[in-house]
Amino acid sequence: MTQAQLLTLINSAIAFGTVIMLGAIGEILIEKAGNLNLGIPGIMYLGGIGGMIAAFYYELGGGASPVVGLILSFLCSLLFSALGGLIYAFLTITLRANQNVTGLTLTIFGGGVANFFGASLNTLAGGVGQISVPVTSSAYIAYTKLGYMGTIGKVLFAHGFMAYLAILLAVAMRYFLNRTRPGLNLRAVGENPGTADAAGINVTRYKYLAIIAGSAVAGLGGLFYTMDYIKGTWANDGTIEGLGWLAVALVIFATWKPVGAIWGSYLFGFVYWAYLYIPGLSRRTLELFKMLPYVITLVVLIIVSLRKKRENQPPASLGLSYFREER
Amino acid sequence: MDKEHAGHEPLLRMSKRGELLPAWKSWGIRLIAFFLSLVASGLVIVLISGLNPAAVFATMLDGAVGTSKRMWVTIRDAMTLLCIAVGLAPAFKMRFWNIGAEGQILVGAIASAACMIYFKNLPTPVLLLVMIVSSLIAGGIWGFFPGVFKARWNTNETLFTLMMNYIAIQLTSYFVALWENPFGSNSVGVINSQTKAGWLPNLLSDGYNKDFGWNVIIVLTVTIIMYLYMNHSKHGYEIAVIGDSENTARYAGIRVNRAYVRTIVFSGAICGLAGFVAVSGASHTISTSTAGGRGFTAIIVAWLAQFNSVVMVIFSFLLVFLQKGAQAIASAYNLSQEVSEMITGIILFFLLGSEFFVNYTIHFRGKKVKA
Repeated sequence: MTQAQLLTLINSAIAFGTVIMLGAIGEILIEKAGNLNLGIPGIMYLGGIGGMIAAFYYELGGGASPVVGLILSFLCSLLFSALGGLIYAFLTITLRANQNVTGLTLTIFGGGVANFFGASLNTLAGGVGQISVPVTSSAYIAYTKLGYMGTIGKVLFAHGFMAYLAILLAVAMRYFLNRTRPGLNLRAVGENPGTADAAGINVTRYKYLAIIAGSAVAGLGGLFYTMDYIKGTWANDGTIEGLGWLAVALVIFATWKPVGAIWGSYLFGFVYWAYLYIPGLSRRTLELFKMLPYVITLVVLIIVSLRKKRENQPPASLGLSYFREER
Repeated sequence: MDKEHAGHEPLLRMSKRGELLPAWKSWGIRLIAFFLSLVASGLVIVLISGLNPAAVFATMLDGAVGTSKRMWVTIRDAMTLLCIAVGLAPAFKMRFWNIGAEGQILVGAIASAACMIYFKNLPTPVLLLVMIVSSLIAGGIWGFFPGVFKARWNTNETLFTLMMNYIAIQLTSYFVALWENPFGSNSVGVINSQTKAGWLPNLLSDGYNKDFGWNVIIVLTVTIIMYLYMNHSKHGYEIAVIGDSENTARYAGIRVNRAYVRTIVFSGAICGLAGFVAVSGASHTISTSTAGGRGFTAIIVAWLAQFNSVVMVIFSFLLVFLQKGAQAIASAYNLSQEVSEMITGIILFFLLGSEFFVNYTIHFRGKKVKA
């Protein structure tokens, strides 16, 4: 492998990793509140299409400022994914619907909404052809001059701003969950809502806020994918769904630690793209090679359950709904 | 209680219903929810496209059951979905969250396709039997691993089965590349299109409704067997007890670990059989979309039906009907196909939410609660 190839591989690993890292840290926040949200792929779809819709109509109306497009699409993406989270929160917390089933439904719904608009935005607006938002996307892709400076610059600085935002969010999430009062309260809710309730913590409010905020973060993964990873276009190929499930897997891989999700996501990205650089892979064996991220996750899952270390376990009440009168 | 609320009752308060609602009331609630969901999805369609919702629903009806061909396709797909849901039910009833039907279907489909390709010279009944058995075994193996790890080490089965899905998808890609026909097409094409070896034969043969046949018989048989297994066998009883309380089951002397593994292998095997039905009875080919998300949809079918095999028939038809109908809308009004998933999602949200009103009652402030 040449140095240039290695550089490309590292950069695609980071870009790939950023998508699933954002999804995973959003899901970590939600799972820490005791909700296993299998709707993450749907949320990421919603976040992606939310940004797309805003950027599309902005550019359709003649908007030419990348910064305005960026702000609009960013906010709209947050709004869409937070709304998706709200649906899930309302059904699982207030109406006590089963979390797994509701999450799966959200994935179906989010994928439907996103791919519907992704495929028909142009038709609905009276245009034809492939949807594309080059102006807004350019603001997401842009990086500073440092990105051109030698190998180190290309590895560290040649990414759109969201790649750094993701790391920042992961570190902030770690601080929030381990060092702040609300963060500790939130974890108490996820471990044992009954005890948290008795201690005067408003379980319902914490769960709602965690799910909505976590969904907004996870949705950014979809936004990064549409705006940066595939450069402001839309593809109805189900990639976001696959990435969403990888984000859910990454939560296990990182054993519910936001900072663990950073290097975990890059490792996933590395393994995911490595097949391009392994000589002598036929088209068949290549498909087997692509299994690797999932096999690795499976192995981690098994090892975690074998070792039973307490700090690596999922939140104790993960997946259970809480109803004060049912204790 | 915090300060603002101290001293007076909240506006809304909910409590679990004392006794179960009579069946007509609970189904009434679900029916109301279903109609509300139709209204909501109608609104969404109108808002997006400006079409008349009545015309849209008429198109839906026509698309799902408008011609005999369409009707058979609807029946066929409902049967495949039913088979998966029936397979998932025992696992879910014992609170084993088998999210891996997608993968179990695929490995069953791979096994069937492999038999069709390598044993195509066997006589039809023998070949079909070999296909059925191998798809059952393949699905069972795919269920065995998460089952054993759950039973021995309490490994989270939701996440385990989820990963198994992706391994199965990659395995399918591998075999698609292996069996590629014609070369370079990156698809397997219709297997044995000349000899029709390994195709499920037609039951009602008018030469047109090609896909309707033994699917229905096989799936309905499985459904009935599953109904009997769940309701009138020792195993079924054990599943119900474990699902209600694992500790009670242990105390009663049920070997919980063994029941876990046995049930999930059985569950996976039936899902594998669904893969056989999909390959041999419908598409006659294999691709990564052979399962096509039905493994997930079936979970919702099984859950909404409360694992009752008979009710699952209704929900399978309902969901497939919605899909076919929405696809018809899409092509008639030049919208994207994915409108079907959006509508399915909306309807499922309503149905999931309605369960709350079946199980809980709401008290308003000031109203005296009946003693």
